[in-house]
Amino acid sequence: MSWLAIVALGAAAYGLKALGLVGLGPRAAEGRALRAAALLPAALLPALVAVNTFAGDRRLVLDARAVGLLVAVVATWRRAPFVLVVALAAASTAVVRAIS
Amino acid sequence: MDAGERRSVGRVRRDSWVLGAAIGVFGASFGVLATTSGLTAAQACLMSLVVFTGASQFAVVGVLAAGGSLGSAFGSALLLAARNAAYGVALAPVLAERSLGRRLRAAHLVIDESTAMATAQPAGPLRESAFWATGLAVFVCWNLGTLVGALAGSAIGDPRALGLDAAFPAGFVALAVPHLRGRQGRVAAAFGAAIAVALIPLTPAGVPIVAAALGIVPAVLFTRTAEEDREAGEDGDADDEDTAA
Repeated sequence: MSWLAIVALGAAAYGLKALGLVGLGPRAAEGRALRAAALLPAALLPALVAVNTFAGDRRLVLDARAVGLLVAVVATWRRAPFVLVVALAAASTAVVRAIS
Repeated sequence: MDAGERRSVGRVRRDSWVLGAAIGVFGASFGVLATTSGLTAAQACLMSLVVFTGASQFAVVGVLAAGGSLGSAFGSALLLAARNAAYGVALAPVLAERSLGRRLRAAHLVIDESTAMATAQPAGPLRESAFWATGLAVFVCWNLGTLVGALAGSAIGDPRALGLDAAFPAGFVALAVPHLRGRQGRVAAAFGAAIAVALIPLTPAGVPIVAAALGIVPAVLFTRTAEEDREAGEDGDADDEDTAA
């Protein structure tokens, strides 16, 4: 892979970020558009969680990550601090992987 | 800034470094994978500096390692990076008061973690603090990790043995909670997750997450906010929708 290709990919990735933050974002300055934009993380974060937990190579998989997710949901529900939520999820996933 | 706000900033900074530490380990595994798939250590480091989107970078070196073309590597990477445009839209109000130059610098830090941490905070200056704290912590850790991995090579173990791949969804679960307080947020979340899960077997990686943005459509069109309920003279939803606006 050439240096130029890396820089080009960097420029494209940056362009996407700036398109949202500086290009499209400020146009949604009021009313319904702003309210819709504010809902984007609500839609995207659970999708990110689902993909990070259940995606295999173009298929749905149920593995040790699902245990970590379950632990994280319970810990969050019990109002555990952020550090603990992350640590418990990682530890439980590691344990399930080690014994399975 | 009062004592409570200072405590909040301290908590946000600490949480940022928690995410950063996990990211650092993945940065190291990226460095290993990149160098074993034909990049030099310097190229791996440059990629982490200028691309700075973990999922896209893993996709590029993964496709190249599997013998794929540069074109398909770029295609996968950009599909995965597309969600950052949606994050940028959501973060624009947080940085609206800042100069164009500062916003252009901030744009480089628009990623999963900084968006999640910023938008999980109550409206106000804490959101911007959280954005910068997380963006910079992740940037530093991701790049240091890449450097270590690229130099140490396969001496670095698999982060999955420590369950660290489960650390990210867990962190995002905790950070999604404030978005679920309002009815619109819950509808957007349910549709977003359902769209992503339905598309995982059907589309290339990256598409399920971008398509999940459509989850806001039913939320906006068919769900009334607590405020609109009050205007309609019904019992309002006790949760305050506007905390997320």
